[in-house]
Amino acid sequence: MKGTPRQVLGAPHPVLSAMAEPVDPTAPEVVAAAADLLATLRNEPATAGLAAPQIGLSWRLIAFDAGRHPKARSRAGELVVANPRLAGAAHWNEGREGCASVAGLSADVPRATRITVHGHLPGTGEAVTIEADAFEARCIQHQLDHLDGLLFLDRVPGVLSLHTSLHSCDA
Amino acid sequence: MGLSAVTVLGVDRPGVIAAVTGSLAECGANIQDSTMTLLGGHVAMMLLVSGDLDPAELRKRLGAPDLVVTASAIDARRHFCDDGGGPEGVGYVLTVHGPDRPGIISAISAVLAADGGNITGMSTRLTGRLYVLIADVDLPKDVDVAALMRRLAAVGASLDSQITFRPVEPDLL
Repeated sequence: MKGTPRQVLGAPHPVLSAMAEPVDPTAPEVVAAAADLLATLRNEPATAGLAAPQIGLSWRLIAFDAGRHPKARSRAGELVVANPRLAGAAHWNEGREGCASVAGLSADVPRATRITVHGHLPGTGEAVTIEADAFEARCIQHQLDHLDGLLFLDRVPGVLSLHTSLHSCDA
Repeated sequence: MGLSAVTVLGVDRPGVIAAVTGSLAECGANIQDSTMTLLGGHVAMMLLVSGDLDPAELRKRLGAPDLVVTASAIDARRHFCDDGGGPEGVGYVLTVHGPDRPGIISAISAVLAADGGNITGMSTRLTGRLYVLIADVDLPKDVDVAALMRRLAAVGASLDSQITFRPVEPDLL
């Protein structure tokens, strides 16, 4: 299904602070939303991932494609996952990240560098397990936070970790 | 040897820090603690310097047409928080983000102060409509943190802002 790029919402916005709802991955409206999320991601070349709340939908859907980023090691490719759930996390490290919904700020945020995520593919509903590391793991965790109403700002470990500098790629 | 608190404010340009610190070095002043940041395109520096020059002489030596410089003699105290904060306190990080409006910092800091919380570092940024506040906070050990978090959450809700308040977890290696 070909999706339509939507506007990426900027903080502050209520939907970015809300807990997103689980979805039926086979429902036609969810499949359409997944296509729109992917189309929006493709339309944002500096962004490696998006979550449905960023396009105004409080649904548990994320899209990511970390394959183009130079810091990526694992590369699952372009993927949309419904109801993603973090099942394992290890090897924590700090890295600087920004967000398409938070213009002009970045921060050094601690994240697990190796994760396991379970979810379902929109359309078929097929169960999927993603083993990710390095940048892809950071990107996925950033999107998972969006589903829980959190921004990367909520994970800044201290005053000196917040930066106004530009960033090379939004997580 | 005296201790002076020096502040420098001016429009940001390459070489500001080199000029200020070069002037300090030339007059034999030693920079102890210092911090520098950009505030809306202005460079802002605060320095604690030791040396034999009096503050008026420091201001004169550091003076430049595009910089506002202040210097004041201060007592040579290295430990400012002997009760509640410092090594006996517990460290937390506070994040506030939401729409910009007057009174956010005063409302939040009043809640912390009521429990003896000491803000040891703070940074605020306005980007578009989004106002962000990050603060390092030391709390006395006997504070009811759960109750404090409820009060912070209530203030945050009244400001339409999101608040997180979490302990610092330093790793001693």
